[in-house]
Amino acid sequence: MYRKMLEIRNLEQSAYDMASAGKLPGLVHVSTGQEAVAVGVCSTLRLEDTVVGTHRSHGYALAKGASPRSIMAELMGRQDGCCKGYGGSMHVTDVAHGMLGCTAIVGGGIGMSAGAALSHKLRRTDNVSVCFFGDGALGQGSFYEILNMASKWTLPLLLVCDNNLYSMSTRSEKVQAFSSCSDLASPYKIWGAKVDANNILEVYQAACTAADRARRGDGPSILDCVTYRWTGHGVGDPGIYRTAEELESWKMRDPINHLREYLIARKWLNEAGAARIDEEAKALVADAVSFAESSPHPAPEQAWKHLYSEPILKVYQECES
Amino acid sequence: MRELTYIEAVREAIAEEMRRDPSVVVIGADVEDPHGGTFKSYKGLSTEFGSDRVRNCPLSEAGFTGIGVGMAMTGFRPVVDVSFIDFATLVTDQMVNHAAKLRYMTGGQVKMPLVLRTQGGGGVSTGAQHGQMLEAWYAHIPGLIVAMPSSPQSGKGLMKSAIRNDDPVVFIGHKGMHFQKGPVDDAEIGQGIPFGVAEIKRAGRDVTIVALSTMVQKALRAAGRLSAEGIEAEVIDPRTLLPLDKATIFASVRKTHRLVVAHEAVRHGGFGGEIVASVVEKCMGDLKESPVRVAAKNLPLPFAPEMEKFVLPSEDDIACAVRLVCGRTGG
Repeated sequence: MYRKMLEIRNLEQSAYDMASAGKLPGLVHVSTGQEAVAVGVCSTLRLEDTVVGTHRSHGYALAKGASPRSIMAELMGRQDGCCKGYGGSMHVTDVAHGMLGCTAIVGGGIGMSAGAALSHKLRRTDNVSVCFFGDGALGQGSFYEILNMASKWTLPLLLVCDNNLYSMSTRSEKVQAFSSCSDLASPYKIWGAKVDANNILEVYQAACTAADRARRGDGPSILDCVTYRWTGHGVGDPGIYRTAEELESWKMRDPINHLREYLIARKWLNEAGAARIDEEAKALVADAVSFAESSPHPAPEQAWKHLYSEPILKVYQECES
Repeated sequence: MRELTYIEAVREAIAEEMRRDPSVVVIGADVEDPHGGTFKSYKGLSTEFGSDRVRNCPLSEAGFTGIGVGMAMTGFRPVVDVSFIDFATLVTDQMVNHAAKLRYMTGGQVKMPLVLRTQGGGGVSTGAQHGQMLEAWYAHIPGLIVAMPSSPQSGKGLMKSAIRNDDPVVFIGHKGMHFQKGPVDDAEIGQGIPFGVAEIKRAGRDVTIVALSTMVQKALRAAGRLSAEGIEAEVIDPRTLLPLDKATIFASVRKTHRLVVAHEAVRHGGFGGEIVASVVEKCMGDLKESPVRVAAKNLPLPFAPEMEKFVLPSEDDIACAVRLVCGRTGG
């Protein structure tokens, strides 16, 4: 978990720097400071379990097993990207590793994840579906629709609010009537917990409980993983809506440092070992960047591929010609 | 030949596909027996296949369409029922941003075998929120297939294709034909009616009428009357708007040199504009007259029958449009 958080931290730092320098196309949203949510939850999952993410999903994809090379190449819009350059930063998908899809429509993936959960259930597997969403998604009506159906149908679904306290510039407590989305668990008759998500062990424990419940047929759970993003909403947002003191206080509670100190205190890791993991994570990301830079750009006319299944695409292209 | 109503024909298509393929499921509001769907569209199916495969949902259209998207991505073939296309406004995000885009955005990693089964259509005083035709919205979205059956035969054939196909289909019926009977020829349907292949419903040399949904029936009746006046109209049913079989339309216009397009949706921004524009771009030199669109007036559907009839396009409107493009207005 320590290594994986560092890989996310480094990969996103690299992406952030490149995007700030104008070297990456499009919009880039990083999760720096929030890594414990992705890693704590995904560490409880199997390959066959499915994950649906958001516009801020590099961490979920890495934590679910996608390769740093394929993610970095996708961020650069190259052919070896996990989506071959069709998706970009907001859609890093790797179905082979159970990273089912990422939507950049806030709240748009919650139904999709419930559909995957229903598929798992109808197939009589004990696989689970995880939906990551931000606190902004709690403003969407479809969230409550899914909460209701997932409970009624006891779907194996983990609704994980990666709660960084701000939807874009708006502090969630200014627009939200309840204090924690885990408070909704009781009226919807499901299990829920509010978690200090800068402590990965808390995230991991809550996710284990939720996943175990889902696997044995006890239905969905909702986890309010309270954390903080160190950057603005996306590259280019200076975050003027919050104070330097607030940001600094959260940086003091870095989830990666927290786990390092925890491991060192128990002598499960020493300083030299930690430094080695740091270096390895950096090297992994450097390798991903050089791999991505050498990956070919897609030919422009490749834009015609992948819109439909092959037989329909053929008909469509004939109609368009 | 067997005669079935439109509702029976489409239900038969779904039942046959459900028997053939256990991954086919129906989700939506009121779909389970004894009600069996708002228009009895699924009558008997939950009894035969169980409520795991024909699932009643709360009135959460956006939510259960999202569930359909997720099921389609993970190996099922959901038919998502939204009984009135007016309510499909609630599922537009799931269809436009998700169903239509996920295969593409993921570089082909997922399939999207999803059918959004809905119906539009006025004429029975259902008012402004239960009778619209909104096909043009969906036909604007690359990644979707838009199917518009005009008969029990095309209803059954297009639904079989919609279910078997690996892409999202917006399947738009018309309430006015639900209980009309018509012949259903299973041998001709076979595995399903292919998408992007128009049907020439009536051959003619003088004018091409491209008609959508129930306007096909009105166009055929108008063509019968016009024949007595010495005008032979060719009537084309595109059957799918996306993909659109432009080749068949162009070939017809090159023969007849005249075009009328008929649909029940309002004229402004309607799909007729797209057909006319495509013909003008490719066949300008073949046209002897300006094309004419027959469509609803640019108004919401009023409730009172007299006003509703005034707003909706009729068989007479098609006949008048044909006489206009054929230069027979004086007669």
